[in-house]
Amino acid sequence: MKNSSNERRVISVIVLNESSVLARITALFAGRGYNIESLTVAPIPESDMSHITIATNGSAKVMEQITKQLHKLIPVYKVIEHEEMVEKEMVLAKFPIAEHLSDIGALCAAYNGGIVNVGREMIIAMVADEPQRIKHFIEASQRYNPSEIVRGGVVAIER
Amino acid sequence: MQMSGAQMVCEAIIAEGVTTVFGYPGGAIMHVYDEVYKQNGFEHILNRHEQASVHAADGYARATGEVGVAMVTSGPGFTNAVTGLATAYMDSIPIVVISGQVPSQLIGTDGFQEIDAVGISRPCTKHNFLVRSLEELPRLLKEAFYIARSGRPGPVLIDIPKDITVDIGEFVYPDTVNIPSYKPTYVGNKRQIEKAVEAIKKAKKPLLYIGGGVVLSNASDLVRELAKKTQIPAVETLMARGVLGAKNPLLLGMLGMHGNYASNMAMSETDLVISLGARFDDRVTGKLSEFAKYADIIHVDIDASNIGKIVDVDYPIVGDITEVVEAMMPQLDGIDTDRYEAWRSILKRYDELHPQSFVDSDEVIKPQWAIERIGELVGENAIITSDVGQHQMWAAQHFPFDRPRQWINSGGLGTMGFGFPAALGVKKAFPEKTVINITGDGSILMNMQELVTAAEYKIPVINMILNNHFLGMVRQWQTFFYEKRYAETDLSFQPNWKALAEACGGIGYDVTTKEEFDAAIKDAIAQDKVCFMNVIINRFEDVLPMVPSGGALFNMMLPQKVDKTKETK
Repeated sequence: MKNSSNERRVISVIVLNESSVLARITALFAGRGYNIESLTVAPIPESDMSHITIATNGSAKVMEQITKQLHKLIPVYKVIEHEEMVEKEMVLAKFPIAEHLSDIGALCAAYNGGIVNVGREMIIAMVADEPQRIKHFIEASQRYNPSEIVRGGVVAIER
Repeated sequence: MQMSGAQMVCEAIIAEGVTTVFGYPGGAIMHVYDEVYKQNGFEHILNRHEQASVHAADGYARATGEVGVAMVTSGPGFTNAVTGLATAYMDSIPIVVISGQVPSQLIGTDGFQEIDAVGISRPCTKHNFLVRSLEELPRLLKEAFYIARSGRPGPVLIDIPKDITVDIGEFVYPDTVNIPSYKPTYVGNKRQIEKAVEAIKKAKKPLLYIGGGVVLSNASDLVRELAKKTQIPAVETLMARGVLGAKNPLLLGMLGMHGNYASNMAMSETDLVISLGARFDDRVTGKLSEFAKYADIIHVDIDASNIGKIVDVDYPIVGDITEVVEAMMPQLDGIDTDRYEAWRSILKRYDELHPQSFVDSDEVIKPQWAIERIGELVGENAIITSDVGQHQMWAAQHFPFDRPRQWINSGGLGTMGFGFPAALGVKKAFPEKTVINITGDGSILMNMQELVTAAEYKIPVINMILNNHFLGMVRQWQTFFYEKRYAETDLSFQPNWKALAEACGGIGYDVTTKEEFDAAIKDAIAQDKVCFMNVIINRFEDVLPMVPSGGALFNMMLPQKVDKTKETK
C-alpha cells in the first residue's frame, strides 16, 4: 500500500496470551497502513504464549518498520521475519454429491489431501500444502463445481 | 493487607511518590474518589475538564521527569481525556491515566457512560489495561507506572471496572516488574558506537542534531560536555530547547520549518549528522530528498522503530542517550577540535548574514519583543509553557532557555489548549518558579475554564496572551499560500479578557504599550494570582524564517528588514 516494490513476506509473532493482544496487532497494521494478506493465531502448547502468523507485503523498508513496530507492542515477545521456512496452508472445499467422488479424491491426493466427509448432498475435501499450490488446487477444483471454499491462512516454521 | 480496589489505587499512587493528582470524579470512579477523600498521601486538584487534568499531569511530568497521574470517570470522562493521552504519546511523556469503567458484568451492553476505553486509546497510549480481576490490580498498577517511565516513556491507561474498585482483597504492591516481552534496550552496541566515533573523527562538517530524547533521558549535562569536548556545532529541535542553553557558543539555534538560517543551512551542508534523541519529524526535515543531502547519519534512539523510519541511517545505535554518550566520551579523548574550525566559521558567517531577528516598533508591541522581555525580566526563574501556533514558534525562537524542562509545549500533536493546564501541573511541581503560559487569543479559549481551577487552588500562573485577533498561524499560511482569503481565522470578536479573568477569580491586564507590559508582568508576579495578560500585538506579524511545507530546508522565507506594522488587510 505504502510502497510499490511490494514483496510477500511471512512473519511469526510470539505474544503473551492476554486479552486484546490480537486487536493490538491488527490495529497496528490498520493504523499504519500495512497490509495483512492472511493471519492465523493459536496458543503455543504448554506455555502462556500464542503464535501469530501473518502473511503481508511491502518493501524492505516497510517490512523493517512492521517488525520494529510489532516489537514495540508490550505483549509482543518475539518477531520472526521468515527467510528459510516451511509454509503451509489448509483449505476445505465442498462439492455437490453429483460430482465423481474418485475424481475429486484423485485431485486432492495430488495436493497431499483427501476427502474428509461425504454426506447425502455433498463431498467435503481437505488439502494442506504450500500457499501457491493451494491456489493451484482451487483453480483445478473449479471443474467439479465447488459450492464453498474456506482457506485457513498461512502457518510457517523456520527451517 | 486487606483493602478495596479503590484503596489499592490510592496506595499505588502514594507508593510511586506522586504528590499531586489531577482529575474529575464521576459515577464509575466514585469509589476511588471516596478513598481519595480519606487519604493524606497526595493532593488532588479538581480541574474543570478532563482534558485539562491530563494536560496538567503531563505538565507535571515534563517539568519533573517523574510520572504524572490523572483520574477520570468512564464514558465522556475518558473520551475527554483522549486528547491529553495523544498529546503525551506524541511527545513520549510518562503519565498514568486511571479511568473508571462500568461494572464488569455491564461491559459490552452499552451501559450508561460505557465506552471501549482501551479500544479508543490503543493508538495513543504506550500501553493500556482493562483490569479483569482484583487479584491482578496491584501488579497492573505497578506495571503501568513502570511502562510509562521506562524505555521510551509514554502514557499508560488503566481502565478499572467499578465492581473491582469495590471488591476487597489482599494488597501487596510489587517491588519489581517482570514482563518477559518488554525489555527496553539502554546500552548501545559497543561496535556501532566505536564506528560512530570513528566517523565523527573523520568528518569535516559534523553537526549535533539534538532532540527531545535528550531531555527525556536527563542527558543535557552530558550532551553539553560532548559538544564542549568536540567543539561540534549543534542545532536543537523544538522539543530540545534549553538542552545546550541559549548562551552556548556552539548552539546555532532551532532547525526546521521555523528554524533560523544558520541552523537550516548547517543541516543542508553537514557531512555527518549526529542525531541524539531526535526523530526526523517532517516539520524538521522539510523536503526529504534535500535533507542533509551530503551527510552520513548517526542515529541514537532508544526506540528502534525511529531508526530508519524517515531517513536511511549509516550508524544506527539503539540505546539510551545517557548510556551511549557516556560510552562515546572516553573514546573522544584528544579529538582534534581544530579540524572543524573552517566549518564553524562558515556557520558563524551564516548567522551573521541572517541572524534570528525582527524589526521592533515603538507604536505596537511586537510578540518577539514581549518574549525577549520576559527573558530579561524573569529569565532563569521562569518556566515557560505554551499553546500551539505563532506564539509557540516565537517563544521557541526568542526566549533565552538556559536549561532543559524550562520549555514545555505540545510539539508532536500540536494541541491548542495545552499550555494553561500544563502550566498548572508545572506550578504544582515548582511553586517557587514563575510559570508563564505563552499563548494566543485562539488557543487560550480552548481550556479557559482552568481559570476557575487556578483561582480555587491558588495556582498563580501567568497567561500571556499574544493577541493579534487572529488564529495567527493559519492566517499566516492564508496570507502566503491562499491569496489572503482569511477563512474563519479572523478573531475580531473578542471577550473582555480582563473581566473574564476577574469573573473566575483571577486578575486581568490589558496591555498595549511596553510600559504597560513591564508593569503588568511585575504586578502579576507580585499579586501571586492566576492572570490573563491581554497583550495586543502587531496584527500581521509573521513567524520567520519559514520553510514552506514540503520545501527544502535551505529555501527559507527570511524576515524583511523593514517595519511591516503598517500593513493592513
